[in-house]
Amino acid sequence: MSFSIFLQHLVNGISLGSLYALLAIGYTMVYGILRLINFAHGDVFMLGTYIAFYAMTSFFLPWWMSFLIAIALTCIFGIILERSAYRPLRNSPRISVMISAIGASFLIQNLAIVIFGGRPKAFPIAPIFSRILNIGGVSIVSVSLIIPVITAIALYILNYIVNHTKVGMAMRAVSRDYEASRLMGIDVNSIISFTFGTGSVLAAIGGIMWGLKYPQLIPLMGLMPGLKCFIAAVVGGIGNIRGAVIGGFILGLGEIMIVAFSPALSGYRDAFAFVLLIIILLVKPSGLMGQNTVEKV
Amino acid sequence: MRKLSLLLVFVIVISIFAVGCVEKVEAPKGDSGAEKDEVIKIGVFQPLTGANAAGGALEKEGVELAHELYPEVLGKKVELIFVDNKSDKIESANAATRLINKDKVSLIIGSWGSGFSIAAGEEIKKAERKVPAIGASCTNPLVTKGNDYYFRVCFIDPFQGNVMANYAYNEVGAKKVAFIIEKTNDYAVGLAKFFEDTFKELTGDDKAVVYEAFYNTGDQDFTAQLTSIKESGAEAIFAPGNFTESALIMKQAKELGIELPILGGDTWETPEVIKIAGDAAEGVVFSTFFDAHAKLTDTTTEFLDAYKEKYDKEPAAVTALAFDAYILALDAIERADSTDPTAIRDAIAATKDFPGAAGVVTLDENGDAVKSAVIKTVKDGKFTYLTTVDPAK
Repeated sequence: MSFSIFLQHLVNGISLGSLYALLAIGYTMVYGILRLINFAHGDVFMLGTYIAFYAMTSFFLPWWMSFLIAIALTCIFGIILERSAYRPLRNSPRISVMISAIGASFLIQNLAIVIFGGRPKAFPIAPIFSRILNIGGVSIVSVSLIIPVITAIALYILNYIVNHTKVGMAMRAVSRDYEASRLMGIDVNSIISFTFGTGSVLAAIGGIMWGLKYPQLIPLMGLMPGLKCFIAAVVGGIGNIRGAVIGGFILGLGEIMIVAFSPALSGYRDAFAFVLLIIILLVKPSGLMGQNTVEKV
Repeated sequence: MRKLSLLLVFVIVISIFAVGCVEKVEAPKGDSGAEKDEVIKIGVFQPLTGANAAGGALEKEGVELAHELYPEVLGKKVELIFVDNKSDKIESANAATRLINKDKVSLIIGSWGSGFSIAAGEEIKKAERKVPAIGASCTNPLVTKGNDYYFRVCFIDPFQGNVMANYAYNEVGAKKVAFIIEKTNDYAVGLAKFFEDTFKELTGDDKAVVYEAFYNTGDQDFTAQLTSIKESGAEAIFAPGNFTESALIMKQAKELGIELPILGGDTWETPEVIKIAGDAAEGVVFSTFFDAHAKLTDTTTEFLDAYKEKYDKEPAAVTALAFDAYILALDAIERADSTDPTAIRDAIAATKDFPGAAGVVTLDENGDAVKSAVIKTVKDGKFTYLTTVDPAK
């Protein structure tokens, strides 16, 4: 393998990894606050992409306006989802909420099949995202450069919100203890709605980026990325935002490299993610960046 | 709160029902009572719902159009009985059993998708009441192999693989090729194997396939496979598989600066390939059954005119093949001069030089059509006819 080809593989891996990272942040944030694995995250991601698609093709809006509308509507959808599927179960055992999340995921998928139809749709791409650049023998599409930048910005903003704002302080408090936060005068419900809204914004951004890179929309498009990003979040240490980014990069690079070095194994690249999950759960269940929590009795 | 969660459960239940009922196919009426001997029943099983519904709909169009043009044979009315196989192999087997035993059809047409046809073929072979079946576009050799009652009006994958290998060697001038194969698809794996056999024979080089990689149905990133092809020394890429993934392969190849010709099979002829791959689809080459601009027989003209009048669009190749399956069935019944399925079977097996819309049909000893293939490319965002390849005699 020549050096420039290796570089090309590296670039491919980083661009796929940053996409996984972007989605994994949303997963991990909701888990960090609520201790709830939002299985419908992948479907919110799908919905965001479809909204952007219809805004561009049916309403003929310019791409940037479509993206903003898609992000706003997806955010509202995330809040509604939380209100209808999760809030009624706030005081139920955690397993009920998880089943509700799975139910919501199936509901959204099947509604999407009915409403959008099963045939794939082509996501329109503005020329600014599809320019092909050639840097020292390494080919790269402009969207692949934009995605890591957006991931970095999202990471920075999220870090700022969680660690340096009042809402963030409330979020951290809620993640420790619902009851105590409520006693301290924090409006727990609105903090949770805010968390879901932010998670859905991240899902919508991730979905739009995904659409720009892989311009093919199907109602089940959120399924596999959703699972993989959940794995990325677990690998990085679920609940830890920086860990999710690292997990995303490990997954993306790993998938590309396994195909690059062993074409015969290329049919098993999805298995890589799951094998990684099993290894992490065996060796370090709290994930790479996760802290071991001491259960207080 | 509890009300809201109850409501959600309710909505979920309703939605599951709604999904189940979408495009429900009207159950055909089995008994027509008194006029029993006055009609000849032909059963059609197709994926009318589920993942392959689009393909099934195209074939249904073809059979219906042919039925409208030729509603009678031997002075009796032909009744079509459609059964939905729901894009499922077990449902396909059930559909065949039902058509044979309950509806008592004289002949079966179907199905889009080799896997469904193979599953139904087992039932047709086992059934006590022997009924012949004609496949329209199922290209896998196993559909008719070892089954005396299954025939088809299309060519089979070994021929298609052969045609594309010849194209790669003679027209592209490639001496080395790379494969990207959809591993979870029997059709793609088979096609790659037949391509490989022919190509090795043509080049006389046992290492003519310099790179071979796989992907799973539903994969979206192929950059790793394509990057490796860049340095493999291949002069063409053969990428048999489903059209959705193939479109992304074309797009990513262009983004990686790969300018090698990309070759594929008949599945690529869908508008989505051009929509999703955009510019990147320009110049890809694939084999298929039929082209509206290469008028193969007089029946082609008749089919095109009728189709244009009824649907006002360009017909797909599989629609022409389904049309052929129906008119061949009628021709066989006429030649047999009987509605007895065994007599019809013998008449079908004897088919020679039958002029269909998608070319002249001559059935070989396996019941496969020996006919020419059409090679197409994408030019200026449209599927464009390149050439016709005749079968080796």
